[in-house]
Amino acid sequence: MIERRRRIRSFEWSTAIIVLVSLGAGIVVYVRDGVEKTLAILTKDLELLVGMLPKMAAGCLIAAFVTRLLPREVVARVVGSESGMLGLLVAMMMGAALPGGPLTIYPLAAAFLVLGADVGVAVAFITAWNLLGYNRALIWELPFFGPEFVGWRILIALPLPIIGGLLARMAARLIVRRRGGDQWT
Amino acid sequence: MDLIAIIGIVIGVLLWILVAVLAFVAAMRSKTLFREGAFEGGRDFIMLLPRVMIGVVGSGYIAAVMPQDLITTWIGPNSGVVGILIATIVGAATPGGAVVGFAIGAAALKGGAGAAQVIAYSTAWSLYTIQRLLNWEIHMMAPRFVWLRAAVSFPLPILAGLGALLIGRP
Repeated sequence: MIERRRRIRSFEWSTAIIVLVSLGAGIVVYVRDGVEKTLAILTKDLELLVGMLPKMAAGCLIAAFVTRLLPREVVARVVGSESGMLGLLVAMMMGAALPGGPLTIYPLAAAFLVLGADVGVAVAFITAWNLLGYNRALIWELPFFGPEFVGWRILIALPLPIIGGLLARMAARLIVRRRGGDQWT
Repeated sequence: MDLIAIIGIVIGVLLWILVAVLAFVAAMRSKTLFREGAFEGGRDFIMLLPRVMIGVVGSGYIAAVMPQDLITTWIGPNSGVVGILIATIVGAATPGGAVVGFAIGAAALKGGAGAAQVIAYSTAWSLYTIQRLLNWEIHMMAPRFVWLRAAVSFPLPILAGLGALLIGRP
């Protein structure tokens, strides 16, 4: 409960700052450029947002159902037992498919490590969740950047979880050789 | 109607088909599961909407008052690899939640930043914004793992920016 309260509070704090900064910027635009420009910015941005509303709503519903239909324990067991290149691929797909915030994702990645997955798998999972997750792309990124930008961004990011996972394996091998202690949990 | 618009519609339809399939599977399992899922999805959407709206509209105004020549010089479309590096570092240093990160990225894009640079920014902000590492990740995973992840993730935003430069999109 403490964690949850903390999440909401930090969220409101950053939203409040954006509200203040936006209001200030809006007033500057109004004083400097007049009503017409002020309204033009408002309508142009709202148009993009309205166009994205159906996809945002779908994103919220998919997230809510996937959370219920795909229990965390199952994901932990599937990903935790994988290794090699296949492990990275499975971790990447799970990271992209799983909704939820940092509160669900980091403990899940920690569970993979406990269950015997290597660091590469955990890194690929977190990277995919951050960069390929439909949840964030649909609900947040789309109304801000529009579909073309988001589409290319995701396409470019596709190989990154695998690259991150491979780099993590290399780095872990180096660290273990130099300092010992293959313990990441 | 251009290709992008058609792709957009197709993706929208596919998403709602997915919603229908998931809702159906949930309803098959149990009525409560279906009701809970639909309720929570709808509630999240309504809760998120004002925040996204504030961020989207705010980014337009912030972009309008930002010093355009400064942005174009540092992270503009012609700023190349140096611009990508700057954007990566600023992304890591950006505090706050999703509203802040996306509003700043969108404002920069509207205010004259290059797409490759904005991609590097949002990738860095997503992967290792320092505030999130220290506030969240370090408490939930072994610190040793968190530093390892941050270190190996460092080049990824640069790779993403370079990828965007290479293919010349978006």
